[in-house]
Formats: sequence, C-alpha cells, structure tokens
Amino acid sequence: MTHSPLAIEATGLVKSYGETRAVDGVDLAVRRGSVYGVLGPNGAGKTTTIRMLATLIRPDAGSARVMGHDIVDEADAVRAAVSLTGQLASVDEDLTGRENLTLLGRLLGLKRPAAKARAAELLDAFGLAEAAGRLVKHYSGGMRRRLDIAASIVVTPELMFLDEPTTGLDPRSRNQVWEIIRAMVAEGTTILLCTQYLEEADQLADGIAVIDHGRVIAEGTPGQLKASVGSGALHVRLLHPDQRPEAEQVLGRELGAVVLEPDPAALSVVCSDADRGAVAIAELARSGVRIADFSLGQSSLDEVFLALTGRPAEAVPGEPDRIEEEHAS
Amino acid sequence: MSAKPTTHAEPAFAADEAAVRQALSSTPRPPKASALSAALTFGWRGMLKVKHVPEQLLDVTITPVMFVLMFTYLFGGAVAGSTGEYLDYILPGILVMSVLFTTVYSGVAVNTDLTKGVVDRFRSLPIWRPAPLVGSLLGDSVRYVVAGTVIIVLGVILGYRPGAGVVGAVAALALVVVFAFGLSWVFTTLGLLLRSPNAVMNAGFMGIFPLTFLSNVFVDPATLPAALEAFVHVNPISILATASRGLMEGTAEAADIAIVLAVAAALTIVFAPLTTRLYRKA
Repeated sequence: MTHSPLAIEATGLVKSYGETRAVDGVDLAVRRGSVYGVLGPNGAGKTTTIRMLATLIRPDAGSARVMGHDIVDEADAVRAAVSLTGQLASVDEDLTGRENLTLLGRLLGLKRPAAKARAAELLDAFGLAEAAGRLVKHYSGGMRRRLDIAASIVVTPELMFLDEPTTGLDPRSRNQVWEIIRAMVAEGTTILLCTQYLEEADQLADGIAVIDHGRVIAEGTPGQLKASVGSGALHVRLLHPDQRPEAEQVLGRELGAVVLEPDPAALSVVCSDADRGAVAIAELARSGVRIADFSLGQSSLDEVFLALTGRPAEAVPGEPDRIEEEHAS
Repeated sequence: MSAKPTTHAEPAFAADEAAVRQALSSTPRPPKASALSAALTFGWRGMLKVKHVPEQLLDVTITPVMFVLMFTYLFGGAVAGSTGEYLDYILPGILVMSVLFTTVYSGVAVNTDLTKGVVDRFRSLPIWRPAPLVGSLLGDSVRYVVAGTVIIVLGVILGYRPGAGVVGAVAALALVVVFAFGLSWVFTTLGLLLRSPNAVMNAGFMGIFPLTFLSNVFVDPATLPAALEAFVHVNPISILATASRGLMEGTAEAADIAIVLAVAAALTIVFAPLTTRLYRKA
C-alpha cells in the first residue's frame, strides 16, 4: 500500500446512465484525517460519485485511488478500508438494532461473542441501548440514522462515506448526528460527506467541492468559497412576510440575485460594498417595504451556490429534478 | 425518508463524545470473515426474519396441507379409484410441487431486498461476493425442509406409509431440497432482472406452474397424448418425482437420482454466477 497523504485521489470520473452523464469528469483530492464536503443539489451527481468511490459501481472513465487502492483493480482492499452510510438508511428494517450490529460484526470477521459485545458497546455509545431489542422499522428517523452510523463503525473504517446523513431529520436529530461526526473526526477518521445542506458543509467540512450537473464547479475551504463571491452579504428581515416578493424585486434590481431564506420573512443578497447596501436599504424603505432588521455580513454558502450556478441550492418546489440518480440502482 | 410514527417514546440522547471516541478506538481490525462464515451469517439473517415474523411460515405450511387434502379427497377417487391408492402416488408428488413452488419466493425475497438501502452496505463489505445470495438460499432451504416435513407428516396421519420407512422419507426430502436449491438460483436471477417483487412472483409461477403440471406429479403419463407424454418423460420435475417415489419406497434407480443431482448442479453452475454478477451490478 502506497502511503499517500491523500485518502481519495480521483481523476476524471465519469458515469453515464443512458443519455445522461450523471458524473461528468469529477476530480477530487481529499486529505487523510479531514472532512471533505461534496455539496450540491439533488441530482448533481453526488450519490453516483460516492457509489463509484465505494466500489458499488464502476466508472465509465477516469480513475480513483481510495486509501491508496485503485477502486477498480483493488476493489476488495478499498472495501476493507471504507464504510458506507447510504442515502437510504443502510440497515435492515426487519431486524432489531442489536441484530443489525451483530450481523455486521460477524460479516466483518468478529467471532460471535466479540460481535455481540461490540454491538452492545456501540448501542450504548449511540444512545440506543434501550431500543436495542426493537425492530428497526419502529425506530424514529434520528435513531435509524444513529444506528446506521454505528453500523459503519462496527470495525473502525479508515474512511467513511456519509451520503446525506441528516436529510429528513429534525433539527435536534441533525445536531446529534453532527456531534457524532465531530467525535469521529476527532478520532482521526477521514470522512467524505455528501450533502445538499450548505450549513452542514459549513459546520463540518474542512474542504468543499461544489458539484453541479456532474462537475465540480468550485473547490476550496468554506472561507475561500465565501470570499470568492465577494466578502459579504446583505441580510434583511421584513416585518411582513407577504412583502417579500416586492423586497426581492427591489433588492434584485439594486444588487443582483436574491436568496430567499427558509424564514418566510428573510432574504439575503451578495453585497460586498456597504454604500451600495445602504442605497438598497433606502430603496426598500422608499418602496414601502417594512424592514424588521438588516445586517451586512459574511456571505453564507447559500449565496456562494447562487453566485456559482445562478440558482438557489435548495430544490425549488415545482421544479422537476433533472436527474433521478437512483433510477440506475 | 420520513420518520414513521412510533409507539415508543424516543429516549433522550446527547451524543457522548467520549463514548463515541472510545467505541471508535477500541477495535483492532479482525481477519476477514471466511466465505462459509459469511454465507452462514446471511443464513442466520434469514432465520431471524422468520423469528420476527413467524407468519411467513404459513405460506410454506398451509398451502401444502391444502394441496394434500384437496388432491387426495377431491381427485383421488376419480383418478386412482380410491383415495388411499392415490395418496400413495400423489404424496411424493405434492412434496415435490410444494417445495418447488416455495423456491419462487427466494427470487421475490432477493428483489424485495434490493429496494432497501441495506444491500448497498452488504455490497460495500469486504466479503465473499456470493455470500448474501448463498446465505439467503441456505436460509430458504430451511423453509423447504419445513414445507416438506409438513407434507410427509400429514401424509402419515392420513395413512401414507413409505415402504422404505423414515430413512426413505428423509432421503426423498433431502433430494427434493437439493434440487430446490439449484432451481432457486433461476428465480434469484429472475429476481434481479425484474422490476418488482410482484413481477417476480407472476413470472416465477408462470414458469413453475405448467412445468409442474406437465409432469408425472399428479397423473401417470401413460394416459396422455403421445407428444405430451414425451415431454413429461424428459421433464426434470417428472424425474425428480419418480426418484422421490423410489426413495420413499426403497426402489429408486440410481440413474434417476443422478439425473436430478446433475440438473441441480447444472442450474447452480449456470445461474449462481449469473445471479452474483447481477447482484454486484444491481
């Protein structure tokens, strides 16, 4: 095994499904011991990339080494070094939590008593001891995710693939998963994290690749990415959410593309020039939009994504998904 | 993925960083699981599912019981002159039919599994590639044994007495289960090619139903039109039924048994690698 400082080195990965190039020439370089975020909207090619790196599918072109092993020629060595937490929870719903972990322990080569002891230890560490004897189909989304992650570390992997680990979770469960990820990083595990949540990448990742239409369109630390689209953003919160369309129009005219935040009264726009920001706020006031508060600060990754792609990262209701990545599986 | 409502309150959990770190640091990587151990572990998984949902054994018990009662009492008098005589003819036949029908469910189970995320995890493990499939068929073999045993015991209750006694009955059951293991690879292949569990079920029975009925399971082929009779004679299911009757009575011909084992081996040799290949790419 060559001891490269890189956990993942991918060059020109391509995977097509029919006419669609789900992954269209992705290069990645992930340092050992880091958390690397792959950020993009649904259908951008994140899952397909992970599935190639985890040896579940073969690339049509390009090559990659994972923990020093070629993903095609040395697939078994790659599998022995990595673990995968898929987008669908990768646990067996028809078994109990304890049985799931014991099963994986046995498959990874532990003897029966060792597999059972390991299952008990993990269930304790992940706060699932009480639910150990219940069928997983009766678990909540958060518990299922924690079991899923526990299942990935039955034997400690050198590299862990986490595919949208918090999609569909409530904020509390999301925070729990983040804490677990931080603990794993502190222990030295390398993590490739796919997410469509910009905040998640911002919170956890050391490096980020923004991916869209199967290509990496930007790469860097969260700070670099934010800086690349201007140093700041103007955040505005309105008194009346129903005035947001009007505010969007005014800010769009003054400053450019506007991000609508999850809060129905909030919106933000890239703005590195305080004077122009002030003019925009004045313009808002003149047009009769009531402002609750506003601030000029560092741009969030939402703005980064908008600036890079010309459209928001979060799926817009009513806009059809361009590529259904799962169709191939 | 939406959280399903649960009847249990979720226990409060604050990620205990120390415990998680401890859990991460405490395992040296064990040597790779052997092929046999991996396959047996997947067999154990199948058994656990039966343990959690024992109702799924109803399929393999109730249906055979219905077949035995229906054929013996409904058709027995008409086909063989008396229900007792027909029972002697039909019981090994129904044993064959019931167990072979059960093999279709192996394909359905593989297809159902594919719709779940857990398959991705299995496929990303450093294990012998066919282990999940071999293991699940080993687990299914237990179901075949259950189905077969129910038939034989019911037959004995109704007055069936195998000439070769318990040994003969066990030998016949063993032969049928071995053949079923080979045949089930055909259905796992089908299970990986078709889109839904229902499609697998329909296609599977569309194949196994006529094959079983165009055999000597129910009637002596001597009464059939010549072309049909010729087919029935070469149908492996006929040969299996004949061999099973022979084993039960202690009059089995080695050639029949050899043909059955050869067909089972051939099916495995062709369809097991095909299934494994499809599973890897699925």
